[in-house]
Amino acid sequence: MSTNPSSPPSPSSDLFRPNRQLSKWVELVVKYIFAAFALISVATTIGIVLTLIFETVEFFGDVPLWRFLTDREWTPRFVNPQYGIFVLISATLLTSAIAISVALPIGLLAAICLSEYAPPKVRSWLKPALEILAGVPTVVFGYFALLLVTPFLQNFIPALQGFNALSAGLVLGVSIIPLVASLSEDAIYAIPGSLRQGAYALGATKRETIVGVVLPSALSGIVASFVLAISRAIGETMIVTIAAGQNPQMGLNPFVPVMTMTAYIVQASLGDTPAGSLAYRTLFAVGMTLFLLTLVLNIFSFWFVRKFRETYE
Amino acid sequence: MKQDPINQPLSGQIKPPYSGYTSSKEAILQAEKVSVFYGSYLAVRDVFLDIETNKITAFIGPSGCGKSTLLRCFNRLNDLILGARVEGSIKFQGENLYDKKFDRKIEEVRRRIGMVFQKPTPFSKSIYENIAFGAKINGYQGDMDELVERSLRQAALWDEVKDKLKQSGLSLSGGQQQRLCIARAIAVQPDVILMDEPCSALDPISTLRIEDLLHELKEQYTIVIVTHNMQQASRVSDMTAFFNVEPTDKGGRMGYLVEYDRTEVIFQSPKEESTREYVSGRFG
Ligand SMILES: Nc1ncnc2c1ncn2[C@@H]1O[C@H](COP(=O)(O)OP(=O)(O)OP(=O)(O)O)[C@@H](O)[C@H]1O
Ligand SMILES: [Mg+2]
Repeated sequence: MSTNPSSPPSPSSDLFRPNRQLSKWVELVVKYIFAAFALISVATTIGIVLTLIFETVEFFGDVPLWRFLTDREWTPRFVNPQYGIFVLISATLLTSAIAISVALPIGLLAAICLSEYAPPKVRSWLKPALEILAGVPTVVFGYFALLLVTPFLQNFIPALQGFNALSAGLVLGVSIIPLVASLSEDAIYAIPGSLRQGAYALGATKRETIVGVVLPSALSGIVASFVLAISRAIGETMIVTIAAGQNPQMGLNPFVPVMTMTAYIVQASLGDTPAGSLAYRTLFAVGMTLFLLTLVLNIFSFWFVRKFRETYE
Repeated sequence: MKQDPINQPLSGQIKPPYSGYTSSKEAILQAEKVSVFYGSYLAVRDVFLDIETNKITAFIGPSGCGKSTLLRCFNRLNDLILGARVEGSIKFQGENLYDKKFDRKIEEVRRRIGMVFQKPTPFSKSIYENIAFGAKINGYQGDMDELVERSLRQAALWDEVKDKLKQSGLSLSGGQQQRLCIARAIAVQPDVILMDEPCSALDPISTLRIEDLLHELKEQYTIVIVTHNMQQASRVSDMTAFFNVEPTDKGGRMGYLVEYDRTEVIFQSPKEESTREYVSGRFG
């Protein structure tokens, strides 16, 4: 015989008796169970969007769109109500801008440091630590801003009020650093070593390799993480509600209390706003604005990633 | 005993332990008793090898015999691998690359000893920028357009890409990407170009184009090429080094240089039996 005596005999093929009929049934059942769950999440999303649209349309039946866009104040519960959404948008942009100018540079530098400079050991415990930081409840950050950061900053900026956009924005920024750092780090780490070697082989220094080759290659992932961070900053609720105040006013002064879109939604839904009233519908109009803003950002991100993603085998 | 060079005692020995050729011409790179370790693992042992100026030297040998490892010693790319250690000396134009004083000039070493890898590694930049990058970081002061064009022409790629220099280097085909990498290596005006299986991911036509290219480049550069393709080695190279690998007592596998000679000698009348078996395809 040609078979090697030291290896066990190969099993005869009669020993394979698959129950194809049963497998088929299981496949089918599993498929429908998954489809049902997928349907639930899709249906929920569609339901939310439809409610938003429906209530928003009702709202604009009572308040013309041009007033929504041109009023100079946001006073939906006053006797002579005003509905200037830009009051809320300016506050959201203010806190987000402060947050982003903290989170993007620090997050990106942390990511570069982690993936390129940190020894593997350090990276292996710093990365999970960073991700745990991302899990700290934002209400904690909110009180941190209100009770620690604001009093501290008041030492240097006497004009700073108890509630203000500055410390809310700063702490909001700190709270999204882990998101930026972790996602950018993934993007940078995924760049194959062969690319780095290619740069080193031309005589590049480490810095030249990172700035000239690694970061441009990871650009789409980095931008995606930035956009996600910006959406997070715009949609963040707890920190700004607690630390930035409830005072709708137009302008970009970071030292005074402001009211962001999210903070307004919190305030209005906590209060005794009767369902179906106009004040109740403002909730949805503001929600819709928020939704559109993040939607635009996400579409941009999607487009950008598609356009600039490079594939390496 | 004498016939088996590997078992010769090496201590204090200066003469190369492989049989055959000793260099007559001026050598640009001289490996003297080079051993490479990965951690405590000895990957290549006691290589003596002179690479001659303006010649093409081929490294052949079975997988794992340390061809890439040795190649990476010539531009100190092994420095990037954690735990890699090189013993012995590699002289580049007479100066030992592993001297302390080169530690701070490592970028200059790598500019003058370029490298092309097995897998094409274009940067995610435009074709133009792929070439210009190396020149810029090395402080090139001349006319960049001219340099890009000349490098691409030398790499026989100009005609195919001259109308799309702004496109991404990754949009090219594999063979074009590899020629782009060669152009990129040429652009920084090296003296030596190291190539680690540059054609192994390419189709036969692209491979032939690159082989033709090597013949032209030889006029200006010294080329060291690792290849698994015997025909390629015999077609393009002037000198051939055959490496082999043997098991060690500790259960590892260790590469060593068996024979180094003019290519026609290696392929037609090698002195070692294992070389004859390898080049005739009757190996292992
Ligand atoms: N980065 C590394 N870390 C540890 N060991 C390595 C490393 N690179 C190579 N080795 C080991 O060194 C030995 C030689 O490897 P090398 O890649 O130089 O072989 P090669 O001759 O180029 O093989 P091939 O023809 O397959 O490319 C192998 O045993 C390999 O396992
Ligand atoms: Mg190799």
